[in-house]
Amino acid sequence: MNINLTLIGQSITFALFVWFCYAFIWPPLVNALAERKKQIADGLAAAERGAHEQELAAKRAADQMKKAKGQAAEIIAHAQKRATEIVDEAKDDARTEAERIMAGADAEIKQEVNRAREHLRKEVVALAITGAEKVLKREIDSKAHDGALKELAEQL
Amino acid sequence: MSGEGQTSSEYIKHHLQNLTFGKFPEGHEHAGEWGLAHNALEAKEMGFWAIHVDTMFWSIILGVLFLYFFRKVAKKASSGVPDGAQNFVEWIVEFVDGTVKGAFTGRNAMVAPMALTIFVWVFLINFMDLIPVDWLPQIATLIGHHVFGMDPHHVYFRVVPSTDPNATFGMALSVFALMIFYSFKIKGPLGFASELTLHPFSSDNKIVQLLFIPINFVLEFVALLAKPLSLSLRLYGNMFAGEMIFILIALMYGGGLALGIFGGVLQMGWAIFHVLIITLQAYIFMTLTIVYMDLAHQTGEEH
Repeated sequence: MNINLTLIGQSITFALFVWFCYAFIWPPLVNALAERKKQIADGLAAAERGAHEQELAAKRAADQMKKAKGQAAEIIAHAQKRATEIVDEAKDDARTEAERIMAGADAEIKQEVNRAREHLRKEVVALAITGAEKVLKREIDSKAHDGALKELAEQL
Repeated sequence: MSGEGQTSSEYIKHHLQNLTFGKFPEGHEHAGEWGLAHNALEAKEMGFWAIHVDTMFWSIILGVLFLYFFRKVAKKASSGVPDGAQNFVEWIVEFVDGTVKGAFTGRNAMVAPMALTIFVWVFLINFMDLIPVDWLPQIATLIGHHVFGMDPHHVYFRVVPSTDPNATFGMALSVFALMIFYSFKIKGPLGFASELTLHPFSSDNKIVQLLFIPINFVLEFVALLAKPLSLSLRLYGNMFAGEMIFILIALMYGGGLALGIFGGVLQMGWAIFHVLIITLQAYIFMTLTIVYMDLAHQTGEEH
């Protein structure tokens, strides 16, 4: 219970400890705490911003999806229209082509008939001439005359 | 656990005597020499020029332990995910910081570190009270007897520095010095003087006011002196009483098996209760220091 030098010693020790704590312990710890607080605050803000952006992106994506769907439907309708058009065109083309071919064939047949008729006519003429010649030759011989006529008739 | 040939009274007295190093007084066989006091009377006769080796030893060891641990953590403190030690230290720092921010309105970067030092240091010092009262003194006796060749009866050893009024007064005096320093610095000599003399009684009449000044001064000066006194005595008284109870309980171990077991239960109960007390005392010392520093930093007249 004696008051002695210990008093002074304790005061000095206490002052030194306080100084050490003040100089080397308190600042780094408090700085670390403040920095972490800031980091957490920043992180939370960033997370909030991210969530907001994600929401916006989802909205944008939905919009684009809708637009794309619309476009696709349009394209399909267009294509279907075009397809029917093409089919119709093809039908028309085929019909005209068929008509054209039929007309060509008709004309050819007619031509062929004409040609055959011409040929026949020529042959008939030639036969008539030959017959006439033969008749003229056989005027002397009536028997022979008959025979020639028969022949002619056969050839007709 | 009173040793052989020791009465209960001797046992208690032995436990309450500090290991004192000082100058032997006139009339002693070693008069004029420095050395360890052999008994309470010699320690008393050494007067002021003596030092309590045990008090200084434990308070410095514990203080250095605190500073070393906190410095180690502070050096690699990062704002990233804290490890266990850093978490623990940050918990204490934030607690102290919160208390300082709540009670201290001035601007002084020194108050918070001081509060931290007081809180942890006083807590550690008080914590020594929870170590069974005979362990460390017995070890000290063995060391003193076998290493230094001392008479084992002369090896006094008190392990709880806060049961030594020198320790608590020493801290309170430092706080008091800071209070006076900042009162002068912040309020100025005139402001400080007016704070001491113009309250609590004041009058618009100059002559009446002049009469009030000495009365005010006496009141305020006593109030000022009471601050460090109450600060240190509160801690000292509480810890001294706590230690005394531990010593009394320890006496029971010498009284047979039944009393010994009863003493063991009592010691455990008191120790558990004491955990609360030592923490509370450390907290009170810290908080009052913060409040006193706050008073020293107040410039307003709001009283």
